[in-house]
Amino acid sequence: MSTLAALPGWVLDHHAAVLLALGEHVQLSLAALLAGGGAAVLLGLLGAGRPRLAEATITLAGVLRTLPSLAVLAALLPLLGVGFAPSFVALSILAVPPVLVGLVTGLRLADPAALDAAAGMGMTRTQRLFRVSLPLAAPLLLEGFRTASVQVVSGAALASFIGGGGLGDLVTAGVALLDLPRLLTGAIAIALLALLADLGLGLLARRVAP
Amino acid sequence: MNAAATPMIETERLGKTWPGATRPAVDGVSLRVARGTCCALIGPSGCGKTTLLRMLNRLVEPDTGAIRLDGADALRADPVRLRRGIGYVIQNVGLFPHRDVAANIATVPRLLGWKRARIEARVDAVLSLVGLDPAEYRHRNPRQLSGGQAQRVGVARALAADPPVLLMDEPFGAVDPLQRARLQVELLRLLRELGKTVVIVTHDVEEAVLLGDSVAVMRDGRLVQHAPPAALLAAPADDFVAAFLGADRLLKRLALLPAEAAIADPPPPPDTLSPGTHPPGAHPSGALPIGASLRDALAAMLERDARALPLAGGGVVTLESLFAAARAAPAAGPPDGRPASATPGMAGGAALD
Repeated sequence: MSTLAALPGWVLDHHAAVLLALGEHVQLSLAALLAGGGAAVLLGLLGAGRPRLAEATITLAGVLRTLPSLAVLAALLPLLGVGFAPSFVALSILAVPPVLVGLVTGLRLADPAALDAAAGMGMTRTQRLFRVSLPLAAPLLLEGFRTASVQVVSGAALASFIGGGGLGDLVTAGVALLDLPRLLTGAIAIALLALLADLGLGLLARRVAP
Repeated sequence: MNAAATPMIETERLGKTWPGATRPAVDGVSLRVARGTCCALIGPSGCGKTTLLRMLNRLVEPDTGAIRLDGADALRADPVRLRRGIGYVIQNVGLFPHRDVAANIATVPRLLGWKRARIEARVDAVLSLVGLDPAEYRHRNPRQLSGGQAQRVGVARALAADPPVLLMDEPFGAVDPLQRARLQVELLRLLRELGKTVVIVTHDVEEAVLLGDSVAVMRDGRLVQHAPPAALLAAPADDFVAAFLGADRLLKRLALLPAEAAIADPPPPPDTLSPGTHPPGAHPSGALPIGASLRDALAAMLERDARALPLAGGGVVTLESLFAAARAAPAAGPPDGRPASATPGMAGGAALD
């Protein structure tokens, strides 16, 4: 109780360090989300109208999902060293499966009658994809981004182990120094950030639903 | 309309076999549809009627044969450009749920690069054409439409770029029966007015004979018979067609013949015109209204237990004259062109007073 009461004071006293960690965390998460999510969108669009390729990408997503983030981080150490790069790559990989599954499912569920009409009216393949399939898949795609953002934001806490910085630094240092306010600040900030991403993308997903 | 003119749609031994199938889905179909007429494609499920329709705008690529649209080789054309010049209406409508009614209708004009003002004017025009008030429906979301309204928008979308040819795949299959009858009648009027050449797939015989200037019956991928509806109903080519049309095919045919065609000459003695009891809603004088068919006449005779009925336009139809007219109507006609006998409400009765 006393620790919680002391928390605001601690944060004020260390606001520079907290803001720095927060900035690093947001930056890392956003970069990974954009890179991993972007790769997943490209992969999903390639699979549109090619059922076998779509099936293969879904299988790939399943494999990626089974990889523990910490193991990926450790495996990347000898390749990319420490710091931002390995953390970024590991988190990007983490973002791929939910976005890919969301997009592929969304494309698959797009109203076949609308697509038939689109083809019959003389839309090209690309026009059908971008003017009909993708808008119809948008809500599920954003749901995928929502899941990915929560996983990436919480996964980014592990970046601290390989020198990637972020709010995880506060947690690991807090544990090492038995500095409870530091630890709690890091943990609560990560949780709030994840909640915020979840809420924001959830609202956006509802917005684009036709 | 000159019967010798180039047919608007012409297929020549058109064939399609799906990969892995043992027999063709469409097997050497040669079909001619004259300009400005409506051809109803009919047959049991799996007879290839939808495949045939989808080959006309090349959503399905034929393996063999030729397609000519207005004399031009459709198989040489760029399929995407070809389709922009052909209206397409399907059973499940397929409106784009993420776009409002106006944007849905504007699809093909936009693909064709029309100017905005022209598109907006055209959207309102086709909405009015299909009986929807533009001010009320322009910005509706497809989700806010009933099944019948959605299909009206579907037809408006197909008409948007004013294509000479319309392909319709069971357009009223998903609409409730009451709405369906209204839509059929309105569509009939609209298509005649606009002079479109239409191919409509249906499994409903009544719909086919109501909408079609000609009816093409298919079975196992083959075209079995192509004739004007009255001729088809009077003289089915074989037992399959007869069975498919139903045991009441001659009754269905009566619906296509105008009551005026059976005016008794000389008129029967007045005492045969039984006063009877007039059911509510009947013509006050007991006469059959103008535009009534022979089927209406027969129904009225049964209802009033009368062997003769006066017509509102003058003249009297008797049971005997009705039978004679049903016999005398042309049993067969050319498959192309608009058959005169299929147009109800012909003139003629008024001269006989």
